[in-house]
Amino acid sequence: MRTLKDNILRGFLWFAAFLTVAILVTIVGYIFMKGYRLINFDFIFGDYSPTGHGGIWPMIITTIYTIIISLIIATPIGIFAAVYLQEYAKQGRLVRMIRFATESLTGIPSIIYGLFGAVFFVTTLKLGMSIISASLTLTIIVLPVIIRTTEESLKTVPNTYREGSLALGTTKLQTLYKVILPSAMPGILSGIILSIGRIVGESAAIFLTAGTVAAMPEGIFSSARTLTVHSFLVTQESGDIELASAVGIVLIVIILVLNLLATFISKKLNKANY
Amino acid sequence: MNSIETKLNKARTGKITPIKQDSEEKAIISVRDLNLFYGEKQALFSVSMDIQEKEVTALIGPSGCGKSTFLRTLNRMNDLIDSVQINGDIVIDNENIYQTNDVIKLRTKVGMVFQKANLFPMSIYDNVAYGPRMQGLKNKKELDKIVEESLRGAAIWDEVKDRLKTSALGLSGGQQQRICIARAIAMKPEIILMDEPTSALDPISTLKVEELIEKMKKDFTIVIVTHNMQQAARISDKTAFFLNGEVIEYEQTDKIFSMPNDQRTEDYITGRFG
Ligand SMILES: Nc1ncnc2c1ncn2[C@@H]1O[C@H](COP(=O)(O)OP(=O)(O)OP(=O)(O)O)[C@@H](O)[C@H]1O
Ligand SMILES: [Mg+2]
Repeated sequence: MRTLKDNILRGFLWFAAFLTVAILVTIVGYIFMKGYRLINFDFIFGDYSPTGHGGIWPMIITTIYTIIISLIIATPIGIFAAVYLQEYAKQGRLVRMIRFATESLTGIPSIIYGLFGAVFFVTTLKLGMSIISASLTLTIIVLPVIIRTTEESLKTVPNTYREGSLALGTTKLQTLYKVILPSAMPGILSGIILSIGRIVGESAAIFLTAGTVAAMPEGIFSSARTLTVHSFLVTQESGDIELASAVGIVLIVIILVLNLLATFISKKLNKANY
Repeated sequence: MNSIETKLNKARTGKITPIKQDSEEKAIISVRDLNLFYGEKQALFSVSMDIQEKEVTALIGPSGCGKSTFLRTLNRMNDLIDSVQINGDIVIDNENIYQTNDVIKLRTKVGMVFQKANLFPMSIYDNVAYGPRMQGLKNKKELDKIVEESLRGAAIWDEVKDRLKTSALGLSGGQQQRICIARAIAMKPEIILMDEPTSALDPISTLKVEELIEKMKKDFTIVIVTHNMQQAARISDKTAFFLNGEVIEYEQTDKIFSMPNDQRTEDYITGRFG
């Protein structure tokens, strides 16, 4: 009886795992099959031309811009906020409210953020439809993600580390820098990886704040088009699934490379501890 | 000190014992009327105790009677808990530790070893050098010297000298606990507090730590919490019996284990409760 139950459960678990992988492989495989024929040097590094199949280099650059700018702003603010909430603030009603607010912010559809960005950054702050407006909007979108994951990973740092360090006559700040943050680093990094995913995957909010100009941006104050927005527009305008899929492949590769990079950095940082 | 009495005492107990119980000059720690509250709940009731320099003082008593709480008042680790309220005096080295703000200095003078080994996820070397480094010591030669001395002092140098740069978390539980002791020694404290340091160790590791404590007492004043009566009897000079937050009896260890004054002490020692 026991073994039967055990086997059923195991079968179910196996099936669930199989299904997950199968769906993933199907999607990636489908996009790859559809789009790979278009991928070549000119497609990736070529400039865009509105007539026919131009390159997507401007969109790649725009995408990378938005990732870098929003992470540069969101990461330190997010980590500081989480450290404050978890390590310094008295755990009272105010902190609970802030926590509830960040949690709720994670669930808001990004179009709302897009509308806010369009009103506040684009119009009120007069930043115009631009990479910077989009990046600031994206910052607000990923900030709760970084705060949450950092808080969670700070929670997993055993209290015995804090006590052990403080009992050796160190200050709270030293304990934070030398023991707590390094131990929490893998979790913080996974938050950053999630954020990259969120940024790259975003279309609506960027569409409303950076616009759709399909040209090489002159700087962060230019209007421009990210890969995701491009893929969306291409599908919508011409129904060219092949082109959209090719863009999808590039997106997947970018995310993969960035994730590998983040994992690599995390390993390096961990090594530095030894 | 009266030499005839001393000799008599020595003949009787095999140790030199001070004539007066609370001879103030020799006490390195003097506790007077210490009350401690966790919020509304009182955990220590008017505790008074003089702890002598270069002796091992054992704290025994049933679970929840306040041994750890008392121990952690001596290096102000209770400060980490928001709800704790303390009144009374603790004088260490002629300084009232609850009237200074220099907790850092106090903790460099009063080291602590915890129930479970709590080494940081760093190399053995970095763990032992952690305290001195945080005090600002950078000189490699000096650090090397401190690390070696401390590891020798904790009787574990020979076991780890060839793997100082490997992770400390790869060691056995008993070895880790001795590294924790080395880490405390590296600060060159006057007093070392130990909270059930052997309760998570096997008998052989326990024996090693006990031998170590016996050896250490020529350099340090040691206050140790233990649930193990034999251990208290074996290694301590004085023993304090706690019950429900009060010190019932504080006496020479030989005396407390041979003819306790209080019935409750006797009941506890003979295993009739607790
Ligand atoms: N952080 C805390 N908040 C509230 N009450 C606490 C806290 N820590 C300890 N107490 C309470 O204070 C009393 C003394 O606890 P303490 O840990 O000092 O006992 P102990 O003698 O060390 O016990 P044990 O032998 O089990 O380690 C207990 O009643 C305990 O429930
Ligand atoms: Mg305890």
